[in-house]
Amino acid sequence: MPLQIQLRVNGSAVTTEITPDTLLATFLREHLHLTGTHVGCDTASCGACTVLLDGLAVKSCNVLVAQVQNCDITTIEGITPADGSLHPMQAAFKACHGLQCGFCTPGMIMSAIDLVMHHDHSSDAEIRAGLTGNLCRCTGYHNIVRAVMQAAPIMRSAKS
Amino acid sequence: MPSLSYHRPSSITEAVQMAHDDPDAKLLAGGQSIIPSLKLGLLAPSAFIDLGGLADLRGVRLAGRSLRIGAMSSHAEVANSADVRKHLPALAHLASGIGDRQVRNRGTIGGSLANNDPAADYPGAVLGLGAELRTDRRAIPADSFFQGLFATALGPDEIITAVEFPLPERAAYVKFPQPASRFALVGVFVSLTGKSVRVAVTGAGACVFRVPELEQALARGFSPESLAGITMPADALNTDLHGSAEYRAHLIPVLTRRAVAQALA
Ligand SMILES: Cc1cc2nc3c(=O)[nH]c(=O)nc-3n(C[C@H](O)[C@H](O)[C@H](O)COP(=O)(O)OP(=O)(O)OC[C@H]3O[C@@H](n4cnc5c(N)ncnc54)[C@H](O)[C@@H]3O)c2cc1C
Ligand code: FES
Ligand code: FES
Repeated sequence: MPLQIQLRVNGSAVTTEITPDTLLATFLREHLHLTGTHVGCDTASCGACTVLLDGLAVKSCNVLVAQVQNCDITTIEGITPADGSLHPMQAAFKACHGLQCGFCTPGMIMSAIDLVMHHDHSSDAEIRAGLTGNLCRCTGYHNIVRAVMQAAPIMRSAKS
Repeated sequence: MPSLSYHRPSSITEAVQMAHDDPDAKLLAGGQSIIPSLKLGLLAPSAFIDLGGLADLRGVRLAGRSLRIGAMSSHAEVANSADVRKHLPALAHLASGIGDRQVRNRGTIGGSLANNDPAADYPGAVLGLGAELRTDRRAIPADSFFQGLFATALGPDEIITAVEFPLPERAAYVKFPQPASRFALVGVFVSLTGKSVRVAVTGAGACVFRVPELEQALARGFSPESLAGITMPADALNTDLHGSAEYRAHLIPVLTRRAVAQALA
């Protein structure tokens, strides 16, 4: 039975009809063509599909669109400023070589943004613990941790 | 997949009525356990009854010597709650160790308890503190709630509304996490209230269980030394690719000693 739903994606209102079993990841990629959100495992394990739901990181392969009616979704496409420059977290990943193949990167960046905005992230151990929901098969994580450390003070000063 | 309907009730009474009217419907909380089962085809409900719109099921409230946590409170909300951190830090610690940050932002205490996964963390705290589950129709003591592998005392159309945790003098939870999922390979929750000691073990058996031998030893003296020489039989414990029954049996007294030391710290 189709379901009429409304939500906001990257600041724009979306009204659409879906079937109740539609995953948020499928909706973003196949209905809205926002393919920056990657699907790696499709079993809630790898974190590649991470997006922000009302500012909090969630795995979009394990959330139904029906559950997020009237919520705010932010994907990797929604974090870049209008002038085409990079978000501080993206810039830090680039500067620190926090990516190689880039498959995990959108999810890693969305997760890292929630980490910096809402959780303790001052030590290497806190950042590693904070990113356990995101797997990377290339980098060995070291440069990802450096990138988060580099972006955090910039994000904090932009917030205040 | 046969076509699935979706309902979003606006009161607990309406949700119970929907569950009662359609025995093939399933309640939906955070979805972190049920969506994977749906995708794997382990489950083909006629409808989801989403509890996400019920504000009455949210929030943490301190009432006298107990802490009441709404069923739809997320693991992250429990971990970050100032009241839980202050009055029941062992529970905040437990919630902060469930899965990963993304799972904690969605998964709920009510969903975890109703699911009763043998390796889930919350059952340890609920049994280890002698908490009480509140449902739409009754109160269920922890000692009779957990009935076996993924089995609970809940009726088919019964909804957990809250969990009422009595505040102990001392408590701690220590788990040996399965490194990929963070589920408990074995987790031990200990609490001391007056002269009463509870030791609840999750991850090791078909569902969470108490260990009278460890409780009695600790009631004689609440210290890690009181457990010297106690070993656990491996009979009826779980064996899987992450660890044998013997390994889990070995971990139980080890983690209990660590939990007691932490509760005393
Ligand atoms: C990658 C990953 C790692 C995880 N790691 C851990 C871990 O380390 N430790 C751990 O304990 N758990 C872990 N989990 C499970 C997680 O905690 C789930 O959130 C939880 O088990 C289910 O809660 P939910 O709110 O998501 O429930 P749902 O998946 O929505 O529902 C689960 C079941 O409970 C029923 N239900 C839900 N709410 C109620 C209610 N109020 N009354 C009656 N029935 C209800 C549903 O019908 C369903 O049968 C993990 C999950 C994932 C995906
Ligand atoms: S694709 Fe969602 S967690 Fe891997
Ligand atoms: S950069 Fe290749 S998986 Fe992380």
